[in-house]
Amino acid sequence: MSPSPSPSLFGALFVRDLRLALRRRTEALLPIGFFVVAVALFPLGVGPEPQTLRQIAPGVIWVCALLAAMLSVSQLYGSDFADGTLEQLLLTGGSTTLMATARATAHWTLTGLPLVVAAPLFGLMFDLSPAALRILALTLLLGTPILSLLGSLGAALTLGLRSAGVLVILIVLPLAIPALIFGTGAVAAVDAGQSAGAHLSLLGALLIVTALGVPPATAAALRIAVE
Amino acid sequence: MSSQRLRLFTFAAPSRFYSLSGSLLPWLWAAAALLAALGLYIGFFVAPTDAQQGESYRIIFIHVPAAWMSMVVYLAMAGWAAIGWIFKARMASMLARALAPSGMVFTLIALATGSFWGKPAWGTWWVWDARLTSELILLFLYVGYIALVEAIDDVRRADHAGALLAIVGAVNVPVIYFSVRWWNTLHQGATITMSAAPKMQGTMLTAMLLLTFAFWAYAFAVVFVRARAIVLEREHDAEWVRGLALPTRVAARTSS
Repeated sequence: MSPSPSPSLFGALFVRDLRLALRRRTEALLPIGFFVVAVALFPLGVGPEPQTLRQIAPGVIWVCALLAAMLSVSQLYGSDFADGTLEQLLLTGGSTTLMATARATAHWTLTGLPLVVAAPLFGLMFDLSPAALRILALTLLLGTPILSLLGSLGAALTLGLRSAGVLVILIVLPLAIPALIFGTGAVAAVDAGQSAGAHLSLLGALLIVTALGVPPATAAALRIAVE
Repeated sequence: MSSQRLRLFTFAAPSRFYSLSGSLLPWLWAAAALLAALGLYIGFFVAPTDAQQGESYRIIFIHVPAAWMSMVVYLAMAGWAAIGWIFKARMASMLARALAPSGMVFTLIALATGSFWGKPAWGTWWVWDARLTSELILLFLYVGYIALVEAIDDVRRADHAGALLAIVGAVNVPVIYFSVRWWNTLHQGATITMSAAPKMQGTMLTAMLLLTFAFWAYAFAVVFVRARAIVLEREHDAEWVRGLALPTRVAARTSS
């Protein structure tokens, strides 16, 4: 058997996406900017009572992370589709599933990982306890890859459409509801003095299932889009 | 002759589907009207008043069949879309497209009647009960499917992309349902649930089943009508579709 070219394909695509993001630094930072502004709007809208803020903090941070991921994901395949790079990539004969995984991983590294790092800071501004902050970061660490994967599926389905940005949100948000429920549930459980173990296990299970199931679906969607 | 024998894919040909559904339609409409009239009569006049809820419970005869249909239609839609995608069967894809709006309407009816019922029974229009919430999410899934399919101009791509989304949604439905249920019990939100319904009287069950069959017949009829329109639209270049329009054209020519 000849050595599989797959690992290098994954690496090459991943590094390429990171390098592209480095060249357009402002653009890459936009989702984080959106997240920061959106989270900051909630205390202004709801009121500054620490008790209320503490209660809504996990939900607010999770929903804003969800929206930030969906807003940034429509660019994932857009320019490649427009200039024909995507078609060439599909013609190379490499595994499309692997390509989809690489792109989703790159998207997570660029938008999900910064959110995981930034979220505890915002949790602090919402007066969360240190224990809850730790769990919040952990749920985001497990949950944001799910969002990137689901988002990349939505991006592949809406490739090249006029209203792709809004469509992705409409399509993916219902599918992301379980992640949202378990993510915020873990923090709420810790706040109530219970163990977050069950929620974290379910979130991890969800991540495994998504990581195994969504890349092939994304690959199929990409093939449908360019056929 | 062997070509006249009915095979599995006989009605996969749009022309055959068109003629078959055309002859079935009057029966389906009649069945829907009759069953609905009978079911509504039994439900509203024969079935006894509920001891706890009075007359307001009678909306159940619309609500429950609509909720059942909303779920069945989603599964049927995903199934036909998958068949259309896997076997490249055009008729199956057209049926999936025709099913989506009906499913959405049933979901809307279920949600609306649920809130009309909720007001007298629970004292509120909306409860974030597990069932209500998952029905709402089902509505979002329908909206997402229709929005995606309508946004893609290329028919083939629209069918296949829609199929993929419908399948992913169908796989997700149980996950969503159980997560919502768990979320609901965790938050201790709705203390009143519908699962503790009292045992039903025979007449109530009869009315509900009659209306369920009426909804089935209506769904078949309206989906056939929509599918026939889609067939004509997509096959407008085919010989048989032109043949459908031909008699009138010939008549117009002879009369002038």
